[in-house]
This record gives sequence, structure tokens and C-alpha cells, in this order.
Amino acid sequence: MKKIIISVLSLFILTSSIAGAVEPSEMLDDPVLEQRAREISKGLRCLVCQNQSIDESNAGLAKDLRILVRERLTAGDSDQQAIDFIVARYGDFVLLNPPFKLATLALWLGPFGIAGAAGLAYFNFIRRRSKDTRAVPVLSHEEEARFEKIIDKI
Amino acid sequence: MNKEAATDLLNPESTEQPETKNGISRIYALPLIGFAFIAVAFAIGLTLNPRDIPSVLIGEKVPEFNLPAVQGRTLGLSDTDLKGEVSLVNVFASWCTACRAEHPLLMNLAKQNIVPVHGLNYKDKPDDAQQWLDSLGDPYTRTGADIDGRVAIDWGVYGVPETFIVDKEGRIAYKQIGAITQKILDEKILPFIRKLQDRSDQ
Repeated sequence: MKKIIISVLSLFILTSSIAGAVEPSEMLDDPVLEQRAREISKGLRCLVCQNQSIDESNAGLAKDLRILVRERLTAGDSDQQAIDFIVARYGDFVLLNPPFKLATLALWLGPFGIAGAAGLAYFNFIRRRSKDTRAVPVLSHEEEARFEKIIDKI
Repeated sequence: MNKEAATDLLNPESTEQPETKNGISRIYALPLIGFAFIAVAFAIGLTLNPRDIPSVLIGEKVPEFNLPAVQGRTLGLSDTDLKGEVSLVNVFASWCTACRAEHPLLMNLAKQNIVPVHGLNYKDKPDDAQQWLDSLGDPYTRTGADIDGRVAIDWGVYGVPETFIVDKEGRIAYKQIGAITQKILDEKILPFIRKLQDRSDQ
């Protein structure tokens, strides 16, 4: 019985944290629009609590922007139009996923560039090792035996 | 040890690393150079304040808006009021302690008659705003009561206080995030205002 109570309670607690900071009064009647609004909100940074999305944040501005996104969608905006509306006012920093453009090229390609350069260098290193075709001098049996004796001592 | 390794010991000129005149191949420098670039970028980044988000509206015309005056004041604030002269638009609220801190500076500035200072009252209750200005003093030529904060969103406001310099053509020329200090006023804001004022007179 105790286990059931604990698991049900945990379920409530876990699902409530996923629900974010959206209050019932904010939610749109149309579930499709509401779902779009939630998805868009998850990708917009709360500029007050900067590591949270506006979907998660309890800040006043986050709530205002959540409502604003819903208004834009209700007015007929596409997802991209609603996002562009916010970005026009606050800039690219409001996007939690940095856009792929010239200014952010270094951010996106940098790690691959470094990994690529390192890989190239390593590949080069390996290639040169296996290309080592220096001839090993041929020794007679007697010389071979002497050689082995000396080497074993090293 | 094997014969190849022993051969290498006997032939000091041969090495297993790719040979160049100067020794180790320059290609090994690539990851190091890449790392150096990134390290410099991060070092600079660490000195920057993430709360200072530069405005994307610099150079843009002020957003269209038309707000009634704060309760107890007569002159409201709209975008058309911001054309024809250089002006300051200060976003403030009675519930904002930093606004209270910068208030004496705004009073002082208003007295000097260098530039009109307009107030955008952000998400305030009419009684509170009126009371705040009555008791502390009113530096504002015009005020706009942005009760729901929507006009502020159009200005890209994300906190209070914020202050904008608007040029003669009604474009946002500069945004100050956080309270104005005497230093910021003397070193950044006033010189910029004078520059904008001079420019327009030519």
C-alpha cells in the first residue's frame, strides 16, 4: 500500500515539474495551438532567469511573453512568425537554440573543426609510421645470435 | 625490443616522426592553434556580463505606441512625441528599488534642461506610480502608463530601470541597462546626447 502511495505521489510531483510555470488561466482553449505555444515557449530564453525557458520560468516577463506567444498564434501567426516577433524585439539571444548563421558559424563548426584538425594530425602520424620502409639489415645466423644476446641485456 | 627499433637506435638521423627541416610536422600545431583561438574567445567572454543584452533596436524607429499619462499627470507619451528633438526615455516603476537609486540623477538632469526626460511607467498600479512621483519628485516632461508592459516589450525591455536615447528622427540611438550613475551619465550618455544634438543642427 505504501509503495502505491509513494509511486502515485512521485508521478504527480514529476508531471507537475514537466508542466512548467504555465498557469491554467494562460492556457488556450484550442489544444493544438496550446501545444504549439508550449513548444515555442520551451525554445525561448527567459531573459530574467537566463538559464530557463519562458515555459519554465516564474518571472513576470516570462509570463507576459508566454501570453504574447499565445496571442500571436491565435491571431494566425505560424510558429516561425511568432518566434520572429519575439526575436525582432530581443535579438537572437532570446533563442535557446542559437541560429545557424554567419555570426554563429564559429560556435557551430568550431568543435568539429578542432576534432577534424586533430583527427587529421593523428591520421597523418599513423600514416607516416606505417610508411616506414627502412630496410632492416640482414644478419647472418652468427651475427643474429650475438645481436639477440646484446639486445636481451637491454 | 625488436630489430626495427634497434636499427633506429643505430641510425640517429632517422626518426619515426614525419620529417621536416625544422623537426616536428607543422600539422600538429593545428589543434593547438584552434584551441588558442577558443581560449581567447572564452577569456573575453568571461569578462562580459550576460545580463547586459545589447538592444537589437539600435538604429530602428521607436515602436508605435500611445500611452496615457501616469495618474495625476497631464501629458501622455506616444511615438510622435519622440520626433523632432533628442530625448531620453526612462523605463521606471515605483516597485523598483534601483529606479529609486537613480531618481536623484534624473531630477538633476531634468533641471539642467539639456534634454527632455520622458518616463515609461512599467507595470505599475496607478495609485502607486502617482504616490511615488508626488513624494520623490517628477523629473519627467511626459509620462506613459504602460500598465500591462506591452509597450515595453515592443521596446525590448526586460528589466527596470532601462533608459533609451532617442534621436531627432525618432530612432533609438542608445540603450542603458540598469540604473544610471553619474559616471555613465558623464562618460557615455551626455556626450552621446550632445553629439546627436549637434549632428541634427547641421
